[in-house]
Order: sequence, then structure tokens, then C-alpha cells
Amino acid sequence: MGVTIRDLSFSIDGTRILSEVSASVDTGTVTGLLGPNGAGKSTLLRLLAGIEKADAGEVALDDVAIGSLPRREVARRVALLEQNTSPSVDLSAAEVVLLGRIPHRTRLLGSFGGDDDRQVATDALAAVGASDITDRLWHTLSGGQQQRVQIARALAQRPSLLLLDEPTNHLDVSAQLSLLGQVRGLGLTAIMALHDLNLAAAYCDRILLLHGGRLVAAGSPREVLRPDIIADVYGVDCFIMDHPRGGHPVIVFSAMDTTALPTDPERGTP
Amino acid sequence: MTGRGYAIWFGAAVLALLLACAVAVTIGPAEVSLTHVVGSFAQRLGLSFGEAVPPLIDSIVWQLRLPRVLTAAFVGAGLALSGAVMQSVTRNPLADPYLLGLSSGASLGAVCVVILGVSFALPAAAFLGALLALFATLSIARVGGTITPARAVLSGLAIAQLAAAGTSFIIFWAAKGDSYREILNWLLGSVAGSTWQSVIISGTALLVVGIGIVLSATRLDAFAFGDTSAASLGINVNATRWALLGSVALLTGAMVAVSGSIGFVGLILPHVVRGLSGPGHRRLLPLVIVCGALFLVIADTLARTVFDPRELPVGIITAFIGVPVFILLIKRKRSAVWG
Repeated sequence: MGVTIRDLSFSIDGTRILSEVSASVDTGTVTGLLGPNGAGKSTLLRLLAGIEKADAGEVALDDVAIGSLPRREVARRVALLEQNTSPSVDLSAAEVVLLGRIPHRTRLLGSFGGDDDRQVATDALAAVGASDITDRLWHTLSGGQQQRVQIARALAQRPSLLLLDEPTNHLDVSAQLSLLGQVRGLGLTAIMALHDLNLAAAYCDRILLLHGGRLVAAGSPREVLRPDIIADVYGVDCFIMDHPRGGHPVIVFSAMDTTALPTDPERGTP
Repeated sequence: MTGRGYAIWFGAAVLALLLACAVAVTIGPAEVSLTHVVGSFAQRLGLSFGEAVPPLIDSIVWQLRLPRVLTAAFVGAGLALSGAVMQSVTRNPLADPYLLGLSSGASLGAVCVVILGVSFALPAAAFLGALLALFATLSIARVGGTITPARAVLSGLAIAQLAAAGTSFIIFWAAKGDSYREILNWLLGSVAGSTWQSVIISGTALLVVGIGIVLSATRLDAFAFGDTSAASLGINVNATRWALLGSVALLTGAMVAVSGSIGFVGLILPHVVRGLSGPGHRRLLPLVIVCGALFLVIADTLARTVFDPRELPVGIITAFIGVPVFILLIKRKRSAVWG
């Protein structure tokens, strides 16, 4: 599903979170959403998922404005993975995945096509290699397993667009790599907020870089992840090298001179 | 659990409820047999069933015991359902109409109109009291847009204490004769003295609000991972939350109007039943209704027989059973919600 973002602005209680963001995402590509803390990454994902309404501008999915669709219709097209959530009651992995079928059920009582739903859930768990943990309870799963179950839940929604908010948070390196490899392997249009620039460079087709609620750069990892841009946005010094095997850019950071940190007007002096 | 396993549990619970109601009607100072109970029903339906039931026995069954047992069943069902919904919507395993102050608010509203002598407005006043208490609790608990379980319980405690003090004060101020028993009944909850009017109020509330809530089971499921996740599953979060909490206030108001504030039914029943049905609401809610009814019918029968001829308010029995379960919930292995 292609996504078009036009002049999107959003504020909370008078504070601008996003200002006139415009971008487009091609069908079947994986896009990394980068930027420092507070840049507006999560908010942009919520707007793309139709959870928040923009003050101005619009989001279109395959040329259909998201604001013109009922919430359930949006939920059948877009799945969102939040960061670090857990259920309030101890659900099994299969029960979590079944939640993804909610937008497809009838309004009252839910459909009685329980077997179809179960088949979709089983397939979704298999697709993320989690068939062996179907009956395990959520709180007994490792962080990586929980994220895989969440992706299976998103797949059960049968979305055309997958949004992920820092999916690799709190995961060890092998879980990070296998998760992002899996996301790529799904072949869905995916947009994910990431903190790790190197993971973004290795796994994303395109990068959108946000800073202070504005889109400051968009393009391939090589176009966006340049020392001058990274210095502007993050205030750090780095070199870019080519990965000896993958060929994608690798960012190597220089140690920071902590006696002369740049002052950030929004966060005060560190 | 398989669909079949659930069906067996559900069927067993319904049978147990019917049996408990029938047996409860037979228990008491006057000798009433199961045959009398069935016979009394048959007479009402214009059928004859064995010997005619003596008129005195018939009126004990029909005017005294049956309204009380049915009221207990409806109130238990309504409170348990309210608790299940509140726990899911607020994502708080300790939510229940009693702990979050709704019951006490409803009692205060009810006592106000009783004192004013406009008893016909009792259910409406109880509903208003429950709604105000709910609103006050959630407003106090809300800091920076989020409500943690701990803050919700603490502000519920404050509101419940305030409303209970208000209730006691009003009854004390207007005290005549043995009004202390009345204070106890409103504060601790009791279904003594239930009439067919109590049955109609609690039964109608359970039927109308209960059906609405059970039909929303799928929407409740969607709240498992919180508001954002529910919204991303296509749920209109705010409208759904306030509709459900409003329904709960209505249900609690109706139940308190007939029984005062009975605690812990709404807290413990959903946890116990979830262990049988699993967390999915399409299974949880119907079973919680039946088990809540069963629980309060048994508790009320104990309340009026254990210290015969004296009668305990049933809220004392539910507290004796509920508090240990409450402590177990707090001590239970770390959960993501309660820390």
C-alpha cells in the first residue's frame, strides 16, 4: 500500500509536535523513521494509523484519505505495533494474535467463524516462526518472543501497511536482527520508528529523518545518513563506512566531548 | 479451554444456580419443602402439581423468600458483571464498583431521596450517585492523562469514605428509632426485606444493561493492550469507554438501590471465573453473570441462617470471603499491571 503524507501538522495543548510534514512511501518498501527523542516519530505513526486526527494536512493510503474511512476500515488496512505494551490479563500467545481479528468481526458478539479466525492466527504465528509458543502465556515470553507475537497479531489483521514503534527496544542483538529480518521478509509496506541508525541503514529501503517535528531529510540510507546531517540533527560526530559484506552504510560514532555539549533550547542545558 | 469444556462449565453453573435458588427458598424458620416451592410456581402458572400448597406456606414462598432470593441473584450477577467490565476498561485488576467508590456514591444518592421522602426516585438517585462517584474517582486518579491502578484504588477509597460518611451523617441526622440497622444495611449491603419491586428494578437493569454489555464483548477484548491498541483495532476508544462505564454506573445504581453497597462480589468473581473461561469476554461475561448470581444467593442464605434467628447484612459475608481473595491478588506473583 502506498502512503502519501501531505503537509501534516499536529499539536497537543498548543504545543506543535509535527509541522508540515510531507512524504511518500512506495508499496512494498520498508521505511525507517529516525530522529532524536521528541522528534515526533511516535506521533507521526499514530497519525498514519488514524488514531490521532491531524490539525492540518492529510494522510492517504493508496489515494484514499484516511480521515474519510471509518475506524474499522482503517484497522483492516493498517496495523500498529506500539512500544513496550503488555496485556492487563495474562493472555496466551494465540489469544493475543486473535485480537488482530477484531476489525474483521461483525459488530455485535463477533462472528461465529471462529475456525477461520483460528486458522489465520495459526498462519500468522507460523509466519513469524512462533508456532512453538502458541499456548505460552504472555508474561512467560522473552522480549523477542513478545515482539514476534505482536507482529503475528498485526499480521492477523491482514494489513497492507505495518507500522512499528521502536520494535527493537529492549531486545538483545540477535533478537533485533532476526526481528528486522522478519519484517523485511513479510513483503508488506512497513514504516518503523528506530533509534539505531545502523539498523536503519541495514534494513530500510528509505529513511525519513524528523527533527523538532519537521521532516529534515528523506531518501535512501546513503542519502540521508551523512555526517553533516547527523551532526545537525543529533549533535554528534561520525564517519560513514561501507559494510564489507552488505555494502550498506555503517555509521561509526566519535566519542563525545562531554565538556562542550551543544545546548538544546527545548531540553535545557544537559 | 475448548468450546465444549466451556459449555459444560456454563451448563453446570446454570444448574447450580437454579438448584441454589430453589434450596435457598426452602431454608428458613418456617418449614418449606422443595415440593412446596415447585407447587407454588405451578399454581401461579395455573397448573396443579400434587397437593395444593397451604396458603401460609405459599405466601412465605411467594411474598418473602422468592423475591429475596431473586434479588440476591440479580444483584450478584449485576455486581460481578460490573466488576468484570471495569477491570477490562480501566485495565485495573483491582477495579470494582465497591473499591472505586461507585457503590458508596449510589448509597449516598439513595439515602438522600429516602430521607426526602421521594422513594420513587431511588434508582435514579442511586445511578446519579454512582456516576458522580465514578467521575470523581477517575478525575482524582488522572494525573498527566494516565490513571494507574494504585491511584485509582486510592482515590476510590477516598470517595468511598466520603460518601459513606455522608450516608451515615444523613441517616444519623434524620435518625428515628432503630435507624442504626438501616445505616448498616446501606453501608454493608443487605437484601433483607426485598420485595417484588426490588426484583423488578434489579432484574430489569440486569436484562437491559447486561444484554448491551454482553453484546460489546469483542470491544472489551480490544482493550487488553490499552487504548492505543484498541484504537488501532478499529475501536472508538472514548465513546466505547464512556458508554461502558456509564452502563456500569447504571447497573451498580440499580443494584445499590435495592441492596445497599455490597462489596467484593465485583472484585473477586471476575478473577475466579477468568480462571475457568479464559480472558476472552465472549466467554467470560455470561459465566460471570451466572456465577455472580450463584455466589450472592449462597452468601445471602448464609447471612440469614448462620446466626439464626439474627441476620447478618450479606456484605459482611462477602467481605469475609472477598478480603482474603483481595490479599491473594495483591500478593500474587508480579503482574505487568500491579508491579
